[in-house]
Amino acid sequence: MDVSQYLDMFIEESKEHLQACSEQLLALENNPDDLAIVNEVFRAAHTLKGMSATMGYEDIADLTHKMENVLDAIRNSKISVTTEILDVVFEAVDDLELMVQDIESGGNGKKDVSKLVDTLNRIEAGQPLDLVTEPAATTEEPFIEVVTSTGIHYDEFELTVISQSAEQGFNALEITVTLREDCLLKVARVFMTFEILEKSGEVIKTVPTVEQLENEDFDQKFTIVLLTQEDAEDLKAKVLKVSEIEDVHITYITDEYVQKYKQAALNTKDPEPEVVETIIVPVAEVATTKEVPKEAVKTKKATSSNSNKTIRVNIDRLDILMNLFEELVIDRGRLQSIASELHNPELNESVERMTRVSGDLQNIILNMRMVPVETVFNRFPKMVRQLARDLNKKIDLEIVGAETELDRTVIDEIGDPLVHLIRNALDHGIEMPEERIANGKPEIGTVTLRAYHSGNHVFIELEDDGAGVNRERVVGKAIERGIISPEAADSLTNKQVAELILASGFSTAASITDVSGRGVGLDVVKNTIESLGGHISIDSTEGKGSLFQVQLPLTLSIISVMLVELDKEIYAIPLSSIIETAIIQKSDILNAHNQPVIDFRGTIVPLVDLKDIFEMKNRSNEEDEFQSIVIVRKGESLAGLVVDSFIGQQEIVLKSLGEYLQNVFAISGATILGNGQVALIVDCNALIK
Amino acid sequence: MTKAAEVNEMKVIVFQLMNKEYAIGLDVVESIEKSLSITRVPRMPSYVKGVLNLRGVVTPVVDLRERFDMEYKEFDETSCIIIVSHAGSEVGLIVDDANDVMDVPTSAIGPQPEVVGSVESEFISGVAKVGKRLLVMLNLEKVLQPIKKGNTDGF
Repeated sequence: MDVSQYLDMFIEESKEHLQACSEQLLALENNPDDLAIVNEVFRAAHTLKGMSATMGYEDIADLTHKMENVLDAIRNSKISVTTEILDVVFEAVDDLELMVQDIESGGNGKKDVSKLVDTLNRIEAGQPLDLVTEPAATTEEPFIEVVTSTGIHYDEFELTVISQSAEQGFNALEITVTLREDCLLKVARVFMTFEILEKSGEVIKTVPTVEQLENEDFDQKFTIVLLTQEDAEDLKAKVLKVSEIEDVHITYITDEYVQKYKQAALNTKDPEPEVVETIIVPVAEVATTKEVPKEAVKTKKATSSNSNKTIRVNIDRLDILMNLFEELVIDRGRLQSIASELHNPELNESVERMTRVSGDLQNIILNMRMVPVETVFNRFPKMVRQLARDLNKKIDLEIVGAETELDRTVIDEIGDPLVHLIRNALDHGIEMPEERIANGKPEIGTVTLRAYHSGNHVFIELEDDGAGVNRERVVGKAIERGIISPEAADSLTNKQVAELILASGFSTAASITDVSGRGVGLDVVKNTIESLGGHISIDSTEGKGSLFQVQLPLTLSIISVMLVELDKEIYAIPLSSIIETAIIQKSDILNAHNQPVIDFRGTIVPLVDLKDIFEMKNRSNEEDEFQSIVIVRKGESLAGLVVDSFIGQQEIVLKSLGEYLQNVFAISGATILGNGQVALIVDCNALIK
Repeated sequence: MTKAAEVNEMKVIVFQLMNKEYAIGLDVVESIEKSLSITRVPRMPSYVKGVLNLRGVVTPVVDLRERFDMEYKEFDETSCIIIVSHAGSEVGLIVDDANDVMDVPTSAIGPQPEVVGSVESEFISGVAKVGKRLLVMLNLEKVLQPIKKGNTDGF
């Protein structure tokens, strides 16, 4: 079978399932007794197994199969959850991720997993894992099973699930499907039935087992136990639509029955499977008597129709849409400039309308490219867990605002800087447990990763309750490394000192560790964030902890700029860095040690003549009595850019200068103006030291 | 055997600089443009004329005369910009004139004659003799080495 056309979908879904596995495993570690979590992991692993087997990736299927066995043993209380077992399962998930990545990059997904498989086998058999002895006490507990009149055995876990879901308004149905005798592809029919039922609810058990069903190891009949809010008759009609099905018989498993059975089980504690008289209510009767509030049914329907309204769109198509829209923005600019020259009211009106509509369109398109920051955050819990173990520290990671959305281009770039910041916080921020206790802090350190929207920006904050920045050590180091002069050190504020650790060549950790690298990290973080048009700042209180705040633009592709003229050339200054514009008298310009400055609302602001920077020869404006100034900022510092004149504000599409011209000084990119000319975008960050 | 002969020929675009004939492979040429408005990029070597808008793509432009340290000439009616695609991005080359496409047998391409002090020698990959014409084959790799840093003297 040619499966290549499904490859993309396979990779995508595998990643989702593996992500679900990791998340649930982390949750399981905190709640080792919650069998519902085990079930989630089991389901994800099971789906993955099925998919990879279909696609012919046997190593993945093999490993997931073994993982599944271990999980199965856990949920049947044959073995109990320990950190050691979870470590092995995590390792298995890591390996699976590697294999999926290999497939994604064109490999065959093969990997030697025999050792892991072996370890998993031993866990499953309840054997001691290496030298760790696990009392296998749980295995000896009485094993409770129930048999209904349809001959289906339920264990304690399944009963719990059934009674729990009954409380939430879900009914448990036993659906017995009989296939026609001449049915050729029994597996296919089983699969189709499953597909229908899984849309309506949750399949918790099948008789025979899924494995036997997959191997066609059954006669004409099979039974599925389903948790659903849908009506039995509806389900029956749906299942009957699958061809080659002879009959569908549905019975309700009532709550009374479950309760009664449980009581019986508690009373007897009989390890032998026990046949209890069951109460099976005929479907018709249930339909009239069952007490599912109509409201609940309605709301359920409403939500399910809502969730169906998403589609997966190839990212390339969105990029094409974006490119086309960018062309439109350029033409819009051209129309606007033509209209302003012609002074035709009707033209003006329709151009204005078009501007409004395309503005809305722009919002929608940008929103479509938004991705929750979760896609970056979700790999951190596992990383923190691993790092904390490597460092022998106790650390909790809290994630707030993972649903905050950011443009995909920003998302793609922000992952590595954040990894670096987190590693830094774990390694240098949080102290060892003993030290924390000695300082009267809780033994477990907390690192909070927070994302939120504010204005036209997204903020990502990383807060730790660790040691904070030690002013003396940082200043000492900075002087030693020649980053600041000893004289300057005293005048620095605490915030400025904290931000010194972002300077290149700075590392205060006494020894170089594998975790947060060799002090090349934080300045790279700073550069990456600034190249994204963002900004990073640090607030730190010694002994209390630090707060790293990263501010990012919502999108990178369309920005608002102020167009200015310099010797007949047009330059664009991003609005995000402009504080205000001013026209000043020449006599207001002062000189401070060869550096022209102005007094701007009580602050001394250095002036930068853009004509000097951009090597322009024509300096006709020297004699002018008035000078146009754009006040820009980078972090806390300001500068005034001297220009010839202001043209106006415009939305522009950011374009790169290409491979050939790299790192042009003080130019961050280019854009195409309404008249088809290229204008360069001024990089204010480079102009302010 | 005709097939083998075809394989051993390459199509080139012939252009003029200071009345000498140069050639580049047709496969790297995207288009030939007449005058387009060029935006100067500050703090660049003088041979980088700036960038232009090529159907929505910002494309850098290099003046080949200046790149080869030849005498400066204003853009006139015969001048044109050859857009070449190199290492995944497009670059425009300003030349005096481009007027010919021809087949050059690979056997006719030889190493450049060893002349001491030839300024532009590093930009040349070989010399082709076709009939009476001598074509200098350009080494795009060298001509279009990315300009890593802007001229930051004084900063």
